[in-house]
Amino acid sequence: MIDYYEYIRAQNFPHIWCAGCGDGIVLKSFIRSLKKLGIAKDDAVMVSGIGCSSRTPGYIDINTLHTTHGRALAFATGVKFANPRLKVIVVTGDGDATAIGGNHYIHAARRNIDITCLLYNNYIYGMTGGQVSPTTPRGMNASTAPFGNIEPAFNISGLAQAAGASFVARGDVYHVQQLDKLIAAALGKTGFSLVEILSPCPTAYGRRNKMGTPVDLMNWLKDNVVAKDKLDKMTEEEQRGKVPSGVLWDVEKPEFCGEYAKLVERLKTDKKKA
Amino acid sequence: MSTTPKGKVIMIAGNEACAEGALYAGCRFFAGYPITPSSEIAEHLCRKLPRLGGKFIQMEDEIGAMGAVIGASLTGMKALTATSGPGFSLKQENIGHAVMAEVPCVVVDVQRGGPSTGTPTLPAQMDVQQARWGSHGDHGVICLSAATAQETFEQTIRAFNLAETYMTPVLLLIDEIVGHTTEKMVIPEPGAIEVVNRAKPAVPPAKYVPYAPTESGIPVLADFGTGYRYNVTGLCHTETGFPTNDPKRIEANILHLTDKIERHRDEIMRWKAFRLDDAKIAVFAYGAVARSARRAVIEAREAGIAAGLFEPTTLWPFPYEAILETAGRVKAFVAAEMNLGQMAREVELGAKCKAEVHRVNRVDGDPITPKQILEKIKEVA
Ligand SMILES: Cc1ncc(C[n+]2csc(CCOP(=O)(O)OP(=O)(O)O)c2C)c(N)n1
Ligand code: SF4
Repeated sequence: MIDYYEYIRAQNFPHIWCAGCGDGIVLKSFIRSLKKLGIAKDDAVMVSGIGCSSRTPGYIDINTLHTTHGRALAFATGVKFANPRLKVIVVTGDGDATAIGGNHYIHAARRNIDITCLLYNNYIYGMTGGQVSPTTPRGMNASTAPFGNIEPAFNISGLAQAAGASFVARGDVYHVQQLDKLIAAALGKTGFSLVEILSPCPTAYGRRNKMGTPVDLMNWLKDNVVAKDKLDKMTEEEQRGKVPSGVLWDVEKPEFCGEYAKLVERLKTDKKKA
Repeated sequence: MSTTPKGKVIMIAGNEACAEGALYAGCRFFAGYPITPSSEIAEHLCRKLPRLGGKFIQMEDEIGAMGAVIGASLTGMKALTATSGPGFSLKQENIGHAVMAEVPCVVVDVQRGGPSTGTPTLPAQMDVQQARWGSHGDHGVICLSAATAQETFEQTIRAFNLAETYMTPVLLLIDEIVGHTTEKMVIPEPGAIEVVNRAKPAVPPAKYVPYAPTESGIPVLADFGTGYRYNVTGLCHTETGFPTNDPKRIEANILHLTDKIERHRDEIMRWKAFRLDDAKIAVFAYGAVARSARRAVIEAREAGIAAGLFEPTTLWPFPYEAILETAGRVKAFVAAEMNLGQMAREVELGAKCKAEVHRVNRVDGDPITPKQILEKIKEVA
């Protein structure tokens, strides 16, 4: 049994999340992964942007840095590059990472810097009351898309993969055992690792789109998020509307801090003056 | 100008002098994004840092560069970024984060003309008020200026010293003329100029409170990864570093951000006086314009006019008291700037109508000449 209180900053409870929000489930899953990998609290740094999901650092007893909207990966790049010994985790939302922070997102992936990015995708801007996000599906309603969203959504896992990340996975807060494995695998990977985590927002998304209670939203995840291997075996008809989960991409490629260290070594033997 | 230090004499441009000053101060992290006329700072450091145990990264934009600098500083490294007008605008939000979270770092702005893309290759001093109020919200700011390569070197070191002392971002504003003028400079021996490092916690982790009030009002932030686990945020926070909605705590936090600079203003503010003691006309100038002003003062004296130069090397906090004291002795100020009078209004505030404040302004990308200043001196004498 895990003593979660060993990792929790209980003095900051009650937390800000609504009843039925998925974000607390991710927090516990993350704690289990830290414990599983034996990562010392002093060696872990969590960096977040702005949003409901980005409030996670306030509740976990490691080194924590709550930054500005969209910029967590840039701050995290500074932390990791300055002290590569530290295990750096970024917590961000779909709006945080792929709207305002889209540039940092693709470039952190391109550099393949050793950061684990936990991207909570709730298809909406939760903190600010339900405005449309780059991941809001077409046709769904938001406070700034009251007649239905007309824009296509980003595939944020695909984006990270295309930009150069070495590990990309998708999980959700219903299939928690799988989520634990995905977060642990991402933490164990050297390079830019992304875990897109589908985490429902009953308050600002579910309610507006008449998706029912928080339990109904959980059931939606249960029925529609399907492990990629399983999904691959389904008929086209069965696949419709389903979201693939699991490890979507896992390759070895040069990591940024390691490449810089190699450059430094090369310069030591290089007699040419700078 | 301070007395010339002993050391190796070299020819160097202001931008490279800035990079050398940063290295002298112990800066080992640079994150930036290329922009004229500041890029030579990055180009100098990308060659030097990897050989000195340092880190250099060109980020995807200036917002990211400012974020990376703050992240690096929290691990204990002295970190620098350099930019010009458009990039300075982009950095503002994260400069505010460093202010709020009290993270030391140095931001250099090699000024060009604006607004927008403006005049990328021409000098200006149009960012001096942005330096004060560019990031939203009430807060104190430290901003330095330099007029020569030597001074840029020294002011860069001072910027780091002030950042580490007062746990705040420090801005250094130079301009295209200073940044690109190659001139003689003496690199002082290591140790000749004092280098300040931020305080380390004096208590064990169990007793550590990151933003606990200290006698000086300056917090002691431990380096990430050293066993002191705490929270850093841009939200209003208590001394624990965690966010608060308590009006009293919010007020305390906001007041502190101004107070921590204001209560130390006498230690922070510096200005140079040249033939000012018996002057009837005080030229007010900083940066490259101060070079022309010095010449104008000499020529005015030769023409029998008692002119002097008031040259602030700290732009913020602004030396209002010294301006008032000077205003009591002179007939008029002549404030010369490569903008439309951004600091002249601070001179007016300081002078409290005890002396007239006349302006010499230039915004066409050409430098203000000694002749222009001299003419104004003659006109108002
Ligand atoms: C520069 C800036 N612009 C806008 C905001 C307002 N804002 C705060 S959180 C947020 C959206 C958060 O949405 P998301 O990243 O999806 O996170 P969630 O709250 O859904 O977890 C916005 C627009 C801000 N804080 N800063
Ligand atoms: S608004 Fe949505 S995302 Fe934010 S805490 Fe509530 S349920 Fe969670």
